[in-house]
Amino acid sequence: MDYPSITLRNIKEPDSHKINTYLKSGGYKGLTRVLDDMVPEEVIGSIKRSGLRGRGGASFPTGLKWEFARRDRNFPKYIVCNADEGEPGTFKDRILIEKDPFAIIEGMTIAGFSVGAEKGYIYIRGEYVKGAEILRKAIKEAKEKNFLGKNIQGKDFNFDLDVYMGAGSYICGEETALIESLEGNVGYSRIKPPFPINVGLWDKPTVLNNVETFSLVAPIIVNGDEWFSNIGARDFPGTMIYSLSGHVNKPGLYELPTGINLKTIIYEFGGGIKDGKKLKAVFPGGLSSGCLNENEIDIPMDHKALAKVGSMLGSGAIIVINDETCMVEIARRGMKFFRHESCGKCVPCREGTFWISKIMLRIVNGEGKKEDLDLIKDLGQGMKTAAFCGLGLAAANPVLSIIKNFPKDFESHINDKKCAYNNK
Amino acid sequence: MELSPKLIKEINELADACPNKKGALLPVLYLVQKEYGFLSESILKDIAFILNIPEVFVFGVTTFYTMFHTSEQAKNIISVCTNITCSLLGSEHIIKTLENILKIKPGEMTKDKKFSLNLVECLGSCGTAPVMMVNGDLHENLTEEKIKRILDTYK
Ligand SMILES: Cc1cc2nc3c(=O)[nH]c(=O)nc-3n(C[C@H](O)[C@H](O)[C@H](O)COP(=O)(O)O)c2cc1C
Ligand code: SF4
Ligand code: FES
Repeated sequence: MDYPSITLRNIKEPDSHKINTYLKSGGYKGLTRVLDDMVPEEVIGSIKRSGLRGRGGASFPTGLKWEFARRDRNFPKYIVCNADEGEPGTFKDRILIEKDPFAIIEGMTIAGFSVGAEKGYIYIRGEYVKGAEILRKAIKEAKEKNFLGKNIQGKDFNFDLDVYMGAGSYICGEETALIESLEGNVGYSRIKPPFPINVGLWDKPTVLNNVETFSLVAPIIVNGDEWFSNIGARDFPGTMIYSLSGHVNKPGLYELPTGINLKTIIYEFGGGIKDGKKLKAVFPGGLSSGCLNENEIDIPMDHKALAKVGSMLGSGAIIVINDETCMVEIARRGMKFFRHESCGKCVPCREGTFWISKIMLRIVNGEGKKEDLDLIKDLGQGMKTAAFCGLGLAAANPVLSIIKNFPKDFESHINDKKCAYNNK
Repeated sequence: MELSPKLIKEINELADACPNKKGALLPVLYLVQKEYGFLSESILKDIAFILNIPEVFVFGVTTFYTMFHTSEQAKNIISVCTNITCSLLGSEHIIKTLENILKIKPGEMTKDKKFSLNLVECLGSCGTAPVMMVNGDLHENLTEEKIKRILDTYK
């Protein structure tokens, strides 16, 4: 079946990162229409009707976010693009940045017009050196052609962009930690409310969206909100880029309608499990989502269905794992990540990630005890209920889902003091 | 180590472009690190002075972010991804290969200071795992043979 390609439509074009290529393929038609024929309220209305929801993980309705920011009469306002992409398994934003930077820039400019902001920042993770360079060049080109800067396209509208580099911290992908980082601080997340929409960067109203979210804006303006709202799942319409990786034959990015079946993505698009092996587990929404077992993957990629099996859609990063893999090792590795990235501000996450990591190491080394699993469950439950921000709330998901789905892997480590798989 | 007049000028420019001087701290740290390779205590104190923020604040920020270095670094920094997808697809073998070629362990630097070897989290390239970065360059679909060729280009 053929599906519409929106955000990835240009990436195979040679020089897709140059403004002339972008203009040739219909780029800046969205902004032009907005500036020529629309008032901000109409743009926001269209984004609202399209049903667009954020692609960064939390799936908040984008139009609503913009409307709240528009209504706030505190100036200046800011537009921030979250290009911190750190969720293990996710690699879509990097490709969008490197291959279609103008789609992001156009989306941010439309957002600026809609809410009344004249300044935007693209916060990009420090490792994306190439991406940052491409964005800086793109911003320069856009300025030269008066798509950024003063009196854009001769209209009474100014908008300027800067690229700001993160420096190696996963927590800075959380929106309030990102804002702290943009202000030159350590990336400690802030308490919500107030939300960044009203009290964001420099305590000003701030619209913060994911790279993919901004990339979808101009196509919605050009093709119409109705067109977009008719693609994919009703309550979460449009396309979504799935980052498919791990033990599959054809890893890569697949832009498909929202709500598509997970099994279809893995077998029809991903070509099934690599080397003729069997599937064992799948993380459907990045490491934070926790994993599903082989009997749970015949499931639509939507919030409700995934929540029912204790998982989440997250950033749409699908990590596929074959049946020769020890899931205890995956749990250990996963917790090590969260322990490393925990900012240390609150007790449940700082202590929980630390102690579960220690216990996991003990189990992997054949020194685990029967009580260890209950201890991990207790600590994990404590994190899920009491952690201050999204990192700590999700950090126990991998280990808890693995204990639930693959108890046998734990048993062999704890009872037989060894790994049942030789890949340890 | 002292900040050159040129650097001081550039730091002030970055600071002036922000609503609040402190907002320039990360870009300033990057700028200075690029010049000297790492951020010494005395340099950090100078930066705090110019940006008019407390020294402990600058130390705190510098050490919070893993990409700022407070000690001398190798000419080429190798960062091997060891997160889930890369480890499923053989990052362990990649690390062994690098250890054998460079004769160092993760966290160490070669005697000639040409290379250091670091293990890092997901680099956002899981579709082409296993991967590593050398300085700012991403290297994908790594194999033993490929690694040897890649290292040669940095010598
Ligand atoms: C620990 C943590 C890490 C996050 N990392 C990212 C990220 O790398 N990129 C991103 O867009 N959103 C990330 N988010 C979600 C953001 O907080 C925020 O919801 C999102 O950027 C909003 O944009 P959207 O509405 O367009 O999705 C993260 C959230 C948490 C709790
Ligand atoms: S949950 Fe973790 S990352 Fe979030 S504030 Fe607490 S310690 Fe920091
Ligand atoms: S796990 Fe290695 S790049 Fe994502």
